[in-house]
Amino acid sequence: MSDTQAQTVAYVRDTMVDAQTPPITEVGVIKWLRENLFSSPLNAILTIASLYLVYWVIAHVGPWMINGIWVADSLTECREIRNATLGADVPAACFAVITERWPQLMFGFYPSDAYWRPVVALLVFFVGIAPVLFDKLPRSLLIGTLLTPFVMYLLLWGGSIWGPFAVGLGFVAGYFTFRFLNPINSLMGTIGAIIVPILFWFFLTGPIASTLTATAPIGLPFIESKDFGGFTLSVVIGIAAIILSLPLGILLALGRQSDLPIIKYSAVVFIEVIRGVPLIVWLFTASLLLNYFLPPGTNFDLMLRVIIMVTLFSAAYIAEVIRGGLAALPKGQYEAADALGLDYWKSMQLIILPQALKISIPGIVNTFIGLFKDTTLVVFIGLLDPVGLTNAIRASTDWNGIYWELFLFIGIMFFIFCYSMGRYSLYLEKKLQREHR
Amino acid sequence: MSTLTDPPKASFRLSQLIYDTRYRSYTIQIVALILIVAAFAWLINNTIENLESLGKDFDFGFLGSAAGYDINQMLIPYDNQMSHGRAALVGILNTLLVAVLGCLAATLIGVIAGVLRLSKNWVVNKLMAVYVEGFRNVPLLLWIILIFAIMTESMPQPREFRGDDATQAMLLDDSVAITNRGIWIPRIGFSNSLSGNEAVAAMDGATPVATGAIDWLVLFGTLAISIVAISFVRKRADRIQQATGVRPVTWYQQLALLVVPFGLVAFFLGLTIVKPFLQGFNFTEGTHLRNSLIALWLALSLYTGAFIAEIVRAGILAISKGQTEAAFALGLQPNRTMNLIILPQAMRVIIPPLISQYLNLTKNSSLAIAVGYMDVRATLGGITINQTGRELEGMLLLGGFYLALSLLISAGMNFYNRSTQLQER
Repeated sequence: MSDTQAQTVAYVRDTMVDAQTPPITEVGVIKWLRENLFSSPLNAILTIASLYLVYWVIAHVGPWMINGIWVADSLTECREIRNATLGADVPAACFAVITERWPQLMFGFYPSDAYWRPVVALLVFFVGIAPVLFDKLPRSLLIGTLLTPFVMYLLLWGGSIWGPFAVGLGFVAGYFTFRFLNPINSLMGTIGAIIVPILFWFFLTGPIASTLTATAPIGLPFIESKDFGGFTLSVVIGIAAIILSLPLGILLALGRQSDLPIIKYSAVVFIEVIRGVPLIVWLFTASLLLNYFLPPGTNFDLMLRVIIMVTLFSAAYIAEVIRGGLAALPKGQYEAADALGLDYWKSMQLIILPQALKISIPGIVNTFIGLFKDTTLVVFIGLLDPVGLTNAIRASTDWNGIYWELFLFIGIMFFIFCYSMGRYSLYLEKKLQREHR
Repeated sequence: MSTLTDPPKASFRLSQLIYDTRYRSYTIQIVALILIVAAFAWLINNTIENLESLGKDFDFGFLGSAAGYDINQMLIPYDNQMSHGRAALVGILNTLLVAVLGCLAATLIGVIAGVLRLSKNWVVNKLMAVYVEGFRNVPLLLWIILIFAIMTESMPQPREFRGDDATQAMLLDDSVAITNRGIWIPRIGFSNSLSGNEAVAAMDGATPVATGAIDWLVLFGTLAISIVAISFVRKRADRIQQATGVRPVTWYQQLALLVVPFGLVAFFLGLTIVKPFLQGFNFTEGTHLRNSLIALWLALSLYTGAFIAEIVRAGILAISKGQTEAAFALGLQPNRTMNLIILPQAMRVIIPPLISQYLNLTKNSSLAIAVGYMDVRATLGGITINQTGRELEGMLLLGGFYLALSLLISAGMNFYNRSTQLQER
């Protein structure tokens, strides 16, 4: 042992070698390129193919967009401007159609002196929905949220202020009935809270609204549903259906998970029938057949019919998403709620639904995105949504033959709406996941 | 000594119907049943009254009367003297055609995009992200009319293919022509057709061919028998492997079973490829894929493919890395790891949402209305209703068709789920 250690060694390094710079292929851009783009022959081929594809698209679409003409009154004028400034064969988009038809694309045939109303309604919606979306805001703002639907209705359709007011009073009456009867008997409280508002709406709303209108005629000019169009129409149908379909979907999901066979099977049949048939067929049913099913002589607004149909349709999808959430909860949660002596509604409200809804959020938001995209289908029953307006715009002699600019614009608008909804759902998912740990 | 408390008396009070949980469920259900029946009675009563006041009856006899309209794409023989029922059938087959083609293409696109989206290659990864987000967040209707507009507005006219100074040329050895009136692809004919139809030459000097359903039946029947035979060969190889531990080499048997019978049948039927060619102002012969079919098919496949890509990605990510490592530790080779360990587990995650995407695609094919594709909504739910005035019956049949189709697909999915479910408590 000692011999080997004692052996004289020819050379021993007594200082550390200075740090060397890494090889050029292992640092910076080159390293990144090697690792990410050219790590194997297959990867290199994929990279080159993708880059070529990107180049091809940009080479075809890029000049067309950059040369785009934003101010002109017709397609012919656009072409003249292009021929004068760029030359006859240069590709140039005519975005002037968007600037010239902007009010129509946004508001359809809504009266031009009332354009502020949908805009304010949208702002009211965002203010109203903010406390629901972001829990950092004070909870007392939720009272404002409850008022939002009435304010939005008033702004969009107009008419006397007292109509929505009287309808709202019905809800207030229901709430106070519940507060008054619930301490006496919870069943009576629930039944009262359902029956009193219905009676109120049937017998008192009309007289109250007309007397108040007669004494104090405050309100906005009434605007008919047929004047709605463009993105106003899509957003109104979308928002109304989203707000209405969530509670209905929850009820349907609870119905489908119920122990009571009759309730369960009616929910199953409803959900499966709605989901099994395409939305177009339901929309045609709404426009062609609804008059058959209602008492002779009734006839109501096409837009309202569409909102009802879209609501029922997406409620069935939401019910399935929430059912997934309910089924994913461990059985112990249900048993624990029962063991605490909570009745069905209390256990649902306090234990089951908060957890089930949390799990279902991505699915629910996906359904909402689908619903919003599906609002374009109303074009087939004669409502002028943005896609319908492209046909109307092309039908005018000024813009005959214009396609891509309009499609691009509408596509981008829908993309912005839907993508931001999707991002919000991701944010919510992440936030709730963190709370879980 | 008596017991602590007397047992409750067995008498029944009416209030128990509401307060006793044993009876309350019956009360609730009976009330619900009465409400549902009342609602249906009200609706049906309204319908009867409305039909009476319009002077209409409820009768499906119209399905037997002559349709009187033409359909531009048919998979079975049809002319305008045939019945509305036949027209509906033609529409149903067109719906199924675009649905099946769409499902195949969407699966292909979706699997490729889903796998590429997981790639470490930055460019490919981002490109696929753009594709998926772009298609998922824009309405399908917009894609359909966009692709239709590209086909009708930007593609060359058939006359540009004409003459010596043609500005356009057909693709793939003169067999595919892309024009603004649709795409022409070669079709398959049989010079020794079994159908008894007279063989006709497409143009001078070409082989005379005919087609009949029976030829296709024979061709695909042979293929099916070959596949059954191949599965027998594989099972035998499995048995030998179980018994001796050595798997016999069978790939050449399998290949021969697949190719030889098919080749022989094709030879005896005289299978010929008939290419489209320009005649008059348009292409003729070959198979004509109309713009409406192309637009609907492409848009449906690309749109659904974006959703399938996300499903595939989630399915692959759902399998933990430990599974691969465990398989390697057992000494399995990479491809057997994939086949025996990863895919069976990933499939369990992927298949159910995949099938519901197929269902969505089938239902979305009703957007055919945007491009005038003659699907079941256009024939039965469109022209037939307009001509006969039978909205109620027509819509009922249309809804019934879609409902039956989706229930059938869901039944298949439930069956699959049950057979692959993990057996837990």
